[in-house]
Amino acid sequence: MKTTVFQARKILTMNPSRPLATHVAVRDGRILGVGPLEELAGWGPYTLDDRLASKVLMPGLVEGHSHLMEGAFWRFVYCGWFDRRDPNGKVWAGAKSLDEAVQRLSRALATLDDAAAPLAGWGFDPIYFDNRRCVREDLDRVSTSRPVGMIHASGHIINCNSAALAAIGWLRSGIDHPGVPLGSDGLPTGELKGPEAMMQVAQVLGMDRAVLAGDEPALHLFSRLCVRAGVTTATDLASPLPDAAVDMMLTVTAGEDFPTRIVPLLRLMGAPAEGVERAAALRERATDRLRLGRIKMVADGSIQGFSARLRWPGYHNGAPNGLWYMAPQQMRQTLVLALQRGLQVHTHTNGDEATEMLLELMEQALSERPTPDHRFTLQHCQLADAAQYRRMKALGLCVNLFANHHFYWGDEHHRLTVGPERATRMNACATALATGVPLAIHSDAPITPLAPLFTAWCAVHRLTASGRVLGEHERIGVADALRAITLGAAYTLKLDGEIGSIECGKRADFCVLDDDPLAVPSLALKDLPVWGVVQDGRVFAANDLPTD
Amino acid sequence: MPSPIPVTLIGGYLGAGKTTLVNHLLRERGERRIAVLVNDFGELPIDDALIESRDGPLLQLAGGCVCCSFGSDLMAALQQMLALQPRPEHILIETSGVALPAAVARMLGLLPGLRLDAQLVLADAETLRRHAADRYVGELVREQLQSADLVLLNKTDLVTEAGLAPLCEWLRAVAPRSRVLCCQQAQLPPELLLDVGTLSAGPRRPAAVPDAGVLFDTLSLEFDHAVDMAALAAMLAAPPLRLLRAKGLMRDRAGQPHSLHLVGARTASAPSSHAQPQRGRLVCIALRGELQAAHLHAALAACAV
Repeated sequence: MKTTVFQARKILTMNPSRPLATHVAVRDGRILGVGPLEELAGWGPYTLDDRLASKVLMPGLVEGHSHLMEGAFWRFVYCGWFDRRDPNGKVWAGAKSLDEAVQRLSRALATLDDAAAPLAGWGFDPIYFDNRRCVREDLDRVSTSRPVGMIHASGHIINCNSAALAAIGWLRSGIDHPGVPLGSDGLPTGELKGPEAMMQVAQVLGMDRAVLAGDEPALHLFSRLCVRAGVTTATDLASPLPDAAVDMMLTVTAGEDFPTRIVPLLRLMGAPAEGVERAAALRERATDRLRLGRIKMVADGSIQGFSARLRWPGYHNGAPNGLWYMAPQQMRQTLVLALQRGLQVHTHTNGDEATEMLLELMEQALSERPTPDHRFTLQHCQLADAAQYRRMKALGLCVNLFANHHFYWGDEHHRLTVGPERATRMNACATALATGVPLAIHSDAPITPLAPLFTAWCAVHRLTASGRVLGEHERIGVADALRAITLGAAYTLKLDGEIGSIECGKRADFCVLDDDPLAVPSLALKDLPVWGVVQDGRVFAANDLPTD
Repeated sequence: MPSPIPVTLIGGYLGAGKTTLVNHLLRERGERRIAVLVNDFGELPIDDALIESRDGPLLQLAGGCVCCSFGSDLMAALQQMLALQPRPEHILIETSGVALPAAVARMLGLLPGLRLDAQLVLADAETLRRHAADRYVGELVREQLQSADLVLLNKTDLVTEAGLAPLCEWLRAVAPRSRVLCCQQAQLPPELLLDVGTLSAGPRRPAAVPDAGVLFDTLSLEFDHAVDMAALAAMLAAPPLRLLRAKGLMRDRAGQPHSLHLVGARTASAPSSHAQPQRGRLVCIALRGELQAAHLHAALAACAV
């Protein structure tokens, strides 16, 4: 029985009965005690580890809604508008114009050996380029012989060059699809919108589904991003989890140096009975570092993509209402069966009509199968109003809000999608807390960067990219925001008894910071340097991570 | 290049009988080698008796047919079907209950080698009105009906005769472009739903669905002249002719072989890779008693060039 005592400048425990401390004792990956050294000495002999003596520790951060795709994207060229840090710790400056994005691809091309290999970029965001459209001629400047393309930050559009179109036989007239706009010459412009229009070119570019769902290299890169962000537990929300992927994840996460607890949710597409049974079977294979056995459903699409289901009066710009991704009866049946089997369900409901429907189905499911403490969670739930939060409270639902969305798309929501008034209530963190709905906040990485401290900053300030405060009333305090990215997120996963605070008996998962997030000016929260993490008692310094 | 594979979409809300129809068509497929794509394998979509073996996501069925579940990735599944050897002769897509068949139909245009043959939308006669008025999915159900070439109003045994007439009337008002066919257990002849058979051999008599000839009339025309394809397509699709399906192979204005397909109000005509036909042929199907032979002869004559 080996005991290690970590010494820190300050430990924020999130345990109100002992909120601050200087030492934490760890045995077998779990917290033996937290307090002054002389108190911890009562547990017997120990080794003092003073590597973190100048650091501030808080509970390991919990990302309650991310995707392993964040790890997959970094094998492509980052072309986004905002600065972004890669798994190696290098910060890629934002590409501030279309020309800069093109130059970046050209530079990457010069490093490729294979003359025929495709070249792909990601994170492209022309909203910030005065909406100058990217056309295939722009990317023909990168190469006329090999396929070149960029996937947008939203993940819903690809721009590609002529060679990529030619590779799938689309450099021709006569294509008739709303996702494939044509130029005056009758040929596709190279902009491909929506999964169907994108898929064939994505394959040519090396972005096929299996890659994006997160293969082995992606899982490693994802875990390095987690360490750099102070995250010790992260969800993959969600994947069809074919057996081969589960086997791979079990092997990789069991590695001695794998630094992250992964919580993959099974994406249920239809066939409730079969899906629920499969989730139950996966639960039997769960390990400490791979928490299988939860279900994700998707009710509707996205608000900025106009595919979310909105209640009256619908979209501010008059766009038709969005799409249902699953039939209500199937969702209801899934809820009932999952309650029966004791499996948790997280449901993506972006628009307020989707939220309304889920509330109704939950009422029915709970009447049929009353279940205490189910903690079913609404994911994104961006447009819910106060009355809906009251119903969530009554039904025992949790909410995981997309706080980052304001920063990246808040100006668009104000101007275009839902209009100025409803934009102020989006991701209503303060209402959730005031109503007593358990709250988490998330990044949806790779849609926005995996960085819970930034997510907390977003919830605290609600600033948009242009500097507008979108919904002052829904801002929350720093302490509440920090809780939402630790215990709050852990609660939505039913892991709050194990992680989310630093107290006796819990996993020894810490986020290691250079400074105290409660003491720095709240505007600096997003820039607080993360030194690394301690996960299950193992120390991972960001600077010592393997790079490639 | 081989001629494109006809694709039939089978849509409709949950419980309308899509799976029943798929199984029926597989049983009554005749010699056709069919590939079936279903949204998911959930509550056992395919009759056990039809399954020969299972190879991961692909079920091998009798007579060289296959069935594959596509989940969220229909495009990938279609690409897989196009790569099969031998190629399927017909593809059936059973869409999810909340899919808009029109959106799936548009998608087919992105893959060369496929031809949308028909959008079939099933409706449950007993629950249709309730679903179409549902607060959440009502609009979706109505859109599904509106995009149909043929609405298969199924389970008519569950409503009274007095209830059926106003239901059909309501359907015609909601989905004016769609032709409506009543059925039970989705029992309709495959000649009508899939194709009218090879033209050289003439329409096949279905062996196991004896009511094909009872419910429907078929008219087969042969002629020597070339045809204005666009004009003929427009005439055959005109609602007063009440055609459910037609198929033709003939010479176009330029004297080249040209095919014509009609399902409900949908027509598709394209240059054909078939050898130059000896004589032009056109086969038309309508409900019994609704086939207007004289008008069809006249339409064809009017389009002669």
